[in-house]
Amino acid sequence: MPHDHDNHLDPMEARVRALETILTRKGLIDPAAVDAIVETYASKVGPQNGAAVVARAWTDADFADWLARDATAAVAEMGFAGRQGEHLQAVFNTPEQHNAVVCTLCSCYPWTLLGLPPVWYKSPAYRARIVSHPRAVLAEFGTRLPEATRIRVWDSTAELRYLVVPMRPEGTGGLTPEALARLVTRESMIGTGLPKVPA
Amino acid sequence: MNGPQDLGGRDGFGAVQPEANEPLFHAAWEARALGITLAAGALGHWTLDESRHARESLPPAVYYQSSYYEIWIRALEVLLQRHDLIDADDLAAGDAAPGPAHPKRLDPARVPAVLAKGGPTDRSLTAAPRFAPGDRVVTRLQAREGHTRLPTYLAGRPGVIEADRGGHVFPDTNAHGGGEQPQRLYTVVFQGGDLWGTDAEPGSTVSADLWESYLEHA
Repeated sequence: MPHDHDNHLDPMEARVRALETILTRKGLIDPAAVDAIVETYASKVGPQNGAAVVARAWTDADFADWLARDATAAVAEMGFAGRQGEHLQAVFNTPEQHNAVVCTLCSCYPWTLLGLPPVWYKSPAYRARIVSHPRAVLAEFGTRLPEATRIRVWDSTAELRYLVVPMRPEGTGGLTPEALARLVTRESMIGTGLPKVPA
Repeated sequence: MNGPQDLGGRDGFGAVQPEANEPLFHAAWEARALGITLAAGALGHWTLDESRHARESLPPAVYYQSSYYEIWIRALEVLLQRHDLIDADDLAAGDAAPGPAHPKRLDPARVPAVLAKGGPTDRSLTAAPRFAPGDRVVTRLQAREGHTRLPTYLAGRPGVIEADRGGHVFPDTNAHGGGEQPQRLYTVVFQGGDLWGTDAEPGSTVSADLWESYLEHA
């Protein structure tokens, strides 16, 4: 059925297409480079990287220790380095302290480990309230923590990027790192969620 | 500047609304916006700090009504014109006369290497640190019109130095053509009660990474 948008472009679609045309014609960008950037974040760099790091930390005590001391070097050894992951710190959840990450001033996020941030991470609602009402915001994600667990929020105001290392779920003793990685959700590595529990 | 980006602790934005099975991009233009922004940044005419300042300098009503990629595109148009790479006539026409390739135009073959290299901001310093882990500090008041990375909700507040992160490029100068002027960066921990008073959730803390000139001994 025809509808209002059949005969014209969405305003942002038109605006971005025009800008890409201008930049290409002026010799400032090569559209193939734009394709390559998009392809990198669509298929190569995403939360599967961070999940592999967490699963390895759960199963390799020496690696977990390295990750705690120098996350940038530890994950570089796994091949994860680059833009928006130049300086990394891993923060480990414990029964006493749960960690959550935000960038109240923009959208800083550990791209090398988690890929591009979801819309909610960049939204005013999250950036405004996770620092003032962290427990309430976690509840909006369905994440309820014991009252005795303190919540620490890490505001990414500089170029350090934070990876939350959630606690390993109970009942996962026999799982391989690959199977464990499938339990590690993006939200559990930002701190708004917890890992999945095995079915 | 305490512009529209300075969101920590603000009321009125409602509940967080995570989207189930969120796609990586919500429209084709978002993917192009990402790629264009990064490719244009690679030309080297502005710093990441200047691009952040361009985004936070959008009028508040525009900032809040825009999706994040729209904020990027609007700021990119500002940066490209400020640095004389395009002009208003180009934007009005949606097209431009062909020009020679920019000497730093990002080569598609170099994209993986450029993204893997990133842009580290750590710098060596000769000055001794003014603060050590455990020191009690108070942050300066937020009173700068230009770019800064001290959020208003953390301005004029007491905290404790947790970690010395070494020298890092100083955004407050680097955003405005003032050079890197690296300063020591510290992770500072704030108690919820010192930020939100009696409304604070019990036991909550917030930390931020703050440059030395943002801090004084308490």
